[in-house]
Amino acid sequence: MNPPEAPLQAAVDARIAEVFSREAGRVLATLIRLLGDFDLAEEARQEAFAAALERWPLRGVPDNPSAWLIHVGRNKGIDRIRRHAVYRDVILREAASIGCEAVQGDEPDGAEVFGDDRLRLIFTCCHPALSPEARIALTLREVCGLTLQAVARAFLVHEDAMAQRLVRAKRKIRDAGIPYQTPDPSMFDERIDGVLSVIYAVFTEGYAATAGGELTDEGLCREAIRLGRLLDALLPGNAAVLGLVALMLLHDARRPARVSGSGNVVLLDEQDRTLWDRSQIAEGLELVERSLRSPAHVSRFAVEAAIAALHVQAADKSLTDWPQIVGLYEVLLRLHPTPVVELNHAAAVSMVDGPERALALVESIRARGEVSDYHLLHATRGKLLARLGRRSEALEAYRAALDGAKLDPERRFLGERIAELTEDGGGPNPAIRSDEVSAKLGGTRP
Amino acid sequence: MQYLLMVYANEREMAALGEAALSAMSQEYAEFTKSIVQAGNFKAGDRLRPVSTASTVRLRNGKVVITDGPFAETREQLGGYYLVEAKNLDEALALAARIPGARHGSIEVRPIWVLGQQ
Repeated sequence: MNPPEAPLQAAVDARIAEVFSREAGRVLATLIRLLGDFDLAEEARQEAFAAALERWPLRGVPDNPSAWLIHVGRNKGIDRIRRHAVYRDVILREAASIGCEAVQGDEPDGAEVFGDDRLRLIFTCCHPALSPEARIALTLREVCGLTLQAVARAFLVHEDAMAQRLVRAKRKIRDAGIPYQTPDPSMFDERIDGVLSVIYAVFTEGYAATAGGELTDEGLCREAIRLGRLLDALLPGNAAVLGLVALMLLHDARRPARVSGSGNVVLLDEQDRTLWDRSQIAEGLELVERSLRSPAHVSRFAVEAAIAALHVQAADKSLTDWPQIVGLYEVLLRLHPTPVVELNHAAAVSMVDGPERALALVESIRARGEVSDYHLLHATRGKLLARLGRRSEALEAYRAALDGAKLDPERRFLGERIAELTEDGGGPNPAIRSDEVSAKLGGTRP
Repeated sequence: MQYLLMVYANEREMAALGEAALSAMSQEYAEFTKSIVQAGNFKAGDRLRPVSTASTVRLRNGKVVITDGPFAETREQLGGYYLVEAKNLDEALALAARIPGARHGSIEVRPIWVLGQQ
């Protein structure tokens, strides 16, 4: 066969590149099931892609490219098992299952089979028997297909350390017998919550990075939203999934307005609302409604999304429906009682009942001592004390907040508050406006 | 796969439970054990005498050194175990969650490393 003409060649190359990026995740997910090992599946996928690069330009892209890639990948993987003594015990253990499941893999039923495998992969990577850090790293690497370098960079971890973390996690999956399957119905709700927490952790890491010079990492936010949408496609109509996607869209819509040109934090009530992404807000609002439609399954993410919805729906900050926000925080406190939620609740209470009552709530959180080194606790306290005209205590609280803040923009923001209080003669400072301090400074972190 | 389910509990708190609570718990253990025998998961399982009966042995410089007490002082002590057959970790974890001791103590689940396996 003659090699194709140059323009045709370019078209085929583009098609191959498109197929690879679209199918990489599904092909890997299915190969893990067929071969029973993460690393083996990754190598087999590489070999299948290499084979496609050789053959497709000559014979054209097959009608069902992912089925082709899976078929070739599986054969390459089995060859590898036969070649390498390392995998000999895998053969012994898995031979039977490879034999019978391969038949299924020869004729994939299209989306359904792949969908199941991607869901299996997500649940396996987010298994509660893995450490939270390992779940996030595995999900970004195996489900999202991020490079090792990108995963390491996202969490400011050295590449070698991240590689080690991934190796240990995969070893635990294999040695502890973490199953490659969607969980039994009896544990499904619990496990889906775990998966959603991983996705939300990726999002919040992007939305309010925990360290470094930048406040946000767009790439991580986009990855998290994409994961949420994938999960929504795999589990259509799941209220908790809808709630999480809505929450992320509504937060993310405000991202362009959260950081000033000079890289500083812009508080919610000072944000230029015309910079908010309206189409993303519209989609988020629709998803919140769908998520809350089945009241038997109200998830914490849906409630958080409803709170975010009330914030973005106010045409002006003065029109924010604070009483309803307080009510939603009270629901959230029942579903997901954490000190951070309590802190956000207190900040909302200050908008309805004034700073005094809110300060009492903050002091009771502080007295318990669980989050006494959490900088947003001190920042919220400082703001409330400043509103009450208790200047020296406010200064002390802001200084404690500055001690704990790691992000440069947050540190600059707190430095400004301290400067204002030091220059000022005392009394309530007009520059420190009341609002949901913690949401503005750090996003509603889980 | 085989898993060892190790039942940890605070011995002092257990001893303070009282006669009635302890006999109710033995009854629950008997029922749980019976159910996993019938389901085919049970390989072995026993209760251990308290750590006050423990002795620890080490061989140092060719000499056997014996000390009174457990290997490590911990807040919760190993009080019993089950060796079970389960198809994967999820099944083993579900069995562990049904052990009566899971309600107040902790169950550590460890896969058995089969001799000769990588």
